[in-house]
Amino acid sequence: MSLESKHLLGLYGTSREDIELILDTARTFREVLERPIKKVPTLQGKTVVNLFFEASTRTRISFELAQKRLSADTINFTTSTSSTKKGETFKDTVRNIEAMKVDMIVVRHESAGVPQFLTRISNANIINAGDGTHEHPTQALLDMYSIKEKLNKLEGLKVCVVGDIAHSRVALSNIYGLTTMGAKVSVCGPSTMIPHSLIKLGVKIYNDIDKAIQENDVLNVLRIQLERKAGDRIPSLREYRNYFGITTERLNKFNKEIIILHPGPINRGIEISSEVADGPYQVILDQVTNGVAVRMAVLYLLGTKN
Amino acid sequence: MNIIIKGTTLLNPEQKINEKSDLLISDGIIKKIGSLNDGDYKNAKVYDFNNAYSVPGLFDMHVHLREPGREDEETVLTGSNSAAAGGFTGVACMPNTNPPIDTAEIVKFIKEKSQSHLVDVFPIATATHERKGEGLSPMLELSEAGAVAFSDDGNAIKSASLLRNAFEYTKMIDKVIIDHCEDESLAEGAMNEGITSTVLGLPPIPSIAEDIIVMRDIITAEYTNGKIHIAHISSKNAVDMVRQAKKKGIYVTAEATPHHFTLTEETVKSYDTNYKMNPPLRTKEDVDAIIEGLKDGTIDCIASDHAPHAIEEKEHEFIYAPNGVVGLETTLGLVLTELYHKKHLSIEKLVEKLSINPRIILKLPIPQFKEGEKANLTIFDPNLIWTVDIQKFQSKCRNSPFDKRLLTGKMLAVINKNKIYYENSFFTI
Repeated sequence: MSLESKHLLGLYGTSREDIELILDTARTFREVLERPIKKVPTLQGKTVVNLFFEASTRTRISFELAQKRLSADTINFTTSTSSTKKGETFKDTVRNIEAMKVDMIVVRHESAGVPQFLTRISNANIINAGDGTHEHPTQALLDMYSIKEKLNKLEGLKVCVVGDIAHSRVALSNIYGLTTMGAKVSVCGPSTMIPHSLIKLGVKIYNDIDKAIQENDVLNVLRIQLERKAGDRIPSLREYRNYFGITTERLNKFNKEIIILHPGPINRGIEISSEVADGPYQVILDQVTNGVAVRMAVLYLLGTKN
Repeated sequence: MNIIIKGTTLLNPEQKINEKSDLLISDGIIKKIGSLNDGDYKNAKVYDFNNAYSVPGLFDMHVHLREPGREDEETVLTGSNSAAAGGFTGVACMPNTNPPIDTAEIVKFIKEKSQSHLVDVFPIATATHERKGEGLSPMLELSEAGAVAFSDDGNAIKSASLLRNAFEYTKMIDKVIIDHCEDESLAEGAMNEGITSTVLGLPPIPSIAEDIIVMRDIITAEYTNGKIHIAHISSKNAVDMVRQAKKKGIYVTAEATPHHFTLTEETVKSYDTNYKMNPPLRTKEDVDAIIEGLKDGTIDCIASDHAPHAIEEKEHEFIYAPNGVVGLETTLGLVLTELYHKKHLSIEKLVEKLSINPRIILKLPIPQFKEGEKANLTIFDPNLIWTVDIQKFQSKCRNSPFDKRLLTGKMLAVINKNKIYYENSFFTI
């Protein structure tokens, strides 16, 4: 079995078979992570570059750990300012790295489309680790893995992504991936944080968090990104917390089981209360562990493809 | 020296001329129209163009020549070569250079640079000092030096009060204000807002960013009795507003670019920065509205917004890449292919929008087919099929989304200022 694509650029257009293959493969690696010796020789001799043009701690560490667990040689290229601002073109930066003969590139960038651009100028397998407000496919894959781990299925589930949807790459990848897998995806947040056009993707929109809790099996709660000018679109964090924050009181109103995901890092007391973040419904730390397994699966499947 | 243009149809809607006729040009002056005798053929170089039109030299009222400041991207000379290669005998160049065209010296500098070239270059000066949107530029002095209009192109005129003053002040010289209509607070994006921007994850610019300023400009023009020209109109609503304003008798004119009536936002799906424009490429509905506006006269002219950019800048990430397209050498072909052959515009209308109207808006004389007049004409074959090859551009830059596109209709020669441009070379006549 192998993936249809040479790259993982996003979940838009990724087939159900490919997603299932990644999730199934991830389950095998998840077991490896429980062993006393957590390393397998699968990608020995392969070189992977983590090309991070935007600050990221957990995604980069997760990828790096996944690469080490697979015995790949790993190089980190991290820069908070883009090459543009330094004067070197992005293309030159990539060509320089390419010239070092790398097999795979994991890329994060604040501009959407950079992973696609890389496929045109590099022969390596490209894995998108987040581009602009476009996609973050491995995050959505690990979200799906975590949901499936808890509820044993994705088909027919109702999943609501909560927060600043307009500025989230996680939301779009969740929408594409979960829809392909037969789940019903909705979004919830203040109307200034939800692009009107999402309706055209068949996504239900809630502005009432209580209703979203009542009608869904899973909530994927996004971080309110204070750094992305959230201030222009919501009056205050206090108002956001009061009207959209996930709290125990809110969850208790409906006396139902609901799974709570959060891609991290959490703003405790804003989008989610500490009680919920540490409570019985959350799978937040499972997501982190599963993230390593899912990324191992993606690296393995792309790295061993012909 | 004498030349004869043989076999073309002379067409000038302004003069109501549309007839197949030979032309004898002597030292750059039209000497004789119609039946030429053996004596005329003697000592004359004959250019035989069958199935072609001779029309008053085409004029592009919106180009960026990048000089002074970015001579690596374009100069007055290379931009003029590009204009000639595209079939234009005149251009008006925008002032967002470095330094901007905001003093008489820079206006004169550009005019001097173009003095001996076939193509007439008319500088448009800034509307505000240093194009900063704070205080008017010295418009009387700029006008006297040769500026044909005023614009802060690249940005809208910053405030309604400045615009109002610009309208009042320019009444003294009867010159038009050209506005790049874009509300800054809404325009911090990289493509048109809609489902495509959502799917692509690119920061969006809503079409109302354009509409709001178009409305502001129209209302202010009405109130002050000013003259406004809307640059590169791109949204359906904006076209409607101009249409209504014209009905009310407000002095508003508008131009559209070839990319805005041929391409939609769908093309951005490739993340190819050659599709990054400002205003951004919009929807099919907007494209249709622009074509409709061109047909019913709401949109007066077609301008390329020729915007050369260094390859190293266009090769940046989408959100950082500069906006714009090399336009002069594809405009005529696109207009003929997309508007004439698809039966949206007749040849007469096309000549009005590419030659007559821009000159009327800028108060420039319209070339005439008349004995004793200076020869200023473009000869084109509306049916010649050719393929765009960006490597053959006369412009210094190659940023065009139209590379490899098959077009029907091409310029064959241009004549102006005692020179002819034919088969990629200039000759004095």
